[in-house]
Amino acid sequence: MQQILNFIIRNKNFLLFLLLFSISLLFTFQTRSYHRSKFINSANFLTGGVYNTANDVSAYFNLKSQNQLLAKENKRLNQLVFNTVIDTATYTASTSVNYKFNTAHIIRNSYTNSNNFLLINKGSNDSIKEDFGVISSLGVIGIVDHVSANYATVISILNSKSRISAKLKKTNHFGSLTWNGKSANTIQLTDVEKIAPVAVGDTIVTSGRSSIFPKDIPIGIVSNTTLDATENFHEIDITLFNDMTNLEHVYTIENVDKKEIKALLEGLNE
Amino acid sequence: MNSINTKYIVRFILLVVLQVVLFNHINFLGYINPYIYILFVIFYPTNNSRLLFIGISFFLGLAIDLFSDSGGIHAAAAVTIAYLRPGFLKFAFGTMYEHNHVKFDNTDFGAKVIYVAMLTFIHHLILFALEIFNSSRILYMLQKTLFSGIFTILMIVLISIIFSRQTK
Repeated sequence: MQQILNFIIRNKNFLLFLLLFSISLLFTFQTRSYHRSKFINSANFLTGGVYNTANDVSAYFNLKSQNQLLAKENKRLNQLVFNTVIDTATYTASTSVNYKFNTAHIIRNSYTNSNNFLLINKGSNDSIKEDFGVISSLGVIGIVDHVSANYATVISILNSKSRISAKLKKTNHFGSLTWNGKSANTIQLTDVEKIAPVAVGDTIVTSGRSSIFPKDIPIGIVSNTTLDATENFHEIDITLFNDMTNLEHVYTIENVDKKEIKALLEGLNE
Repeated sequence: MNSINTKYIVRFILLVVLQVVLFNHINFLGYINPYIYILFVIFYPTNNSRLLFIGISFFLGLAIDLFSDSGGIHAAAAVTIAYLRPGFLKFAFGTMYEHNHVKFDNTDFGAKVIYVAMLTFIHHLILFALEIFNSSRILYMLQKTLFSGIFTILMIVLISIIFSRQTK
């Protein structure tokens, strides 16, 4: 007993180092898996407050470009509204709302790490929940990960653990989006069957196969295709429509039917 | 004694805020950021309790992780350089450290740069190894370590020149 105590006292620095180092490794590997980083995430009162204050100042510097983006989007939506002929006789039949949209502000953007997270200024007080989709006017941004009262973290598509289902707009062949961490405007689409006719310049959109994003939200265009190591699947490089480096105004998407879909799928698994 | 403690508490908070608000968003050439918060670990006085020092360094790293959603990579890197620091102090400052009073304000400039450089590269190597954690991208990791490391060393040496008290 005496010897054990002596050993601990002699090596107390090393033991403390070992303990703290393993704790930080534990935290690190917890963030690698989905929704597991319970303690260390920036959706809380303190970090959210600091980023909010910093963003209040820095938001002024790109007001002009953001206004132009919003004006462009308004133009597109106006064109849609005034050029769509609505048949009032049949319209009443399909008024159910499947997706609820909400606006949010990105107060922290990150795109240089290999696992990027964004922070938005809406939280559970604005009825944001886990697994809501996040898009901008130009395309998909990510999925909500953690939610606090007034803030939420978003797993960016520029994150090695992000897997969003996407498809070729032309032919409906689908695959999942991954990111190899190299460039902030190129992501990869994998698991697309070899027989799918993929050409440079094709448009990639969300597939609507998950209950997070609706169908046909734009993502990007194909810039390069190769076959993977087993030569069974395409590996497609996609140039994003979004400029991930200057995001500001985004929309969160809530799927109203999600509970029902989830209950049904869980029933199937039993 | 109390005013010295206050000084280090202020320095801790200031470095964390500066790091997360300013230096994490520099993105020089697309991806190079300096990690100046390790200045706290590097220039912490040498005659204090090592246990306390390792503990503080861990919480410094954890504070940065909290802000940047990076799990525990900064905490792991900071606690490692805090533990390894005495060896590097001995290597860089030699006899001066043996007599247990290294005052960073009036040490030899060359020795100080070597000391800062070694700790910075070890910190960055652990940081990026944990962040990327992929054996097929070792080259990218080393490249990031080298460039970010040079940037960090430049910033830390500059800051230490600007804020050091001339005692001559």
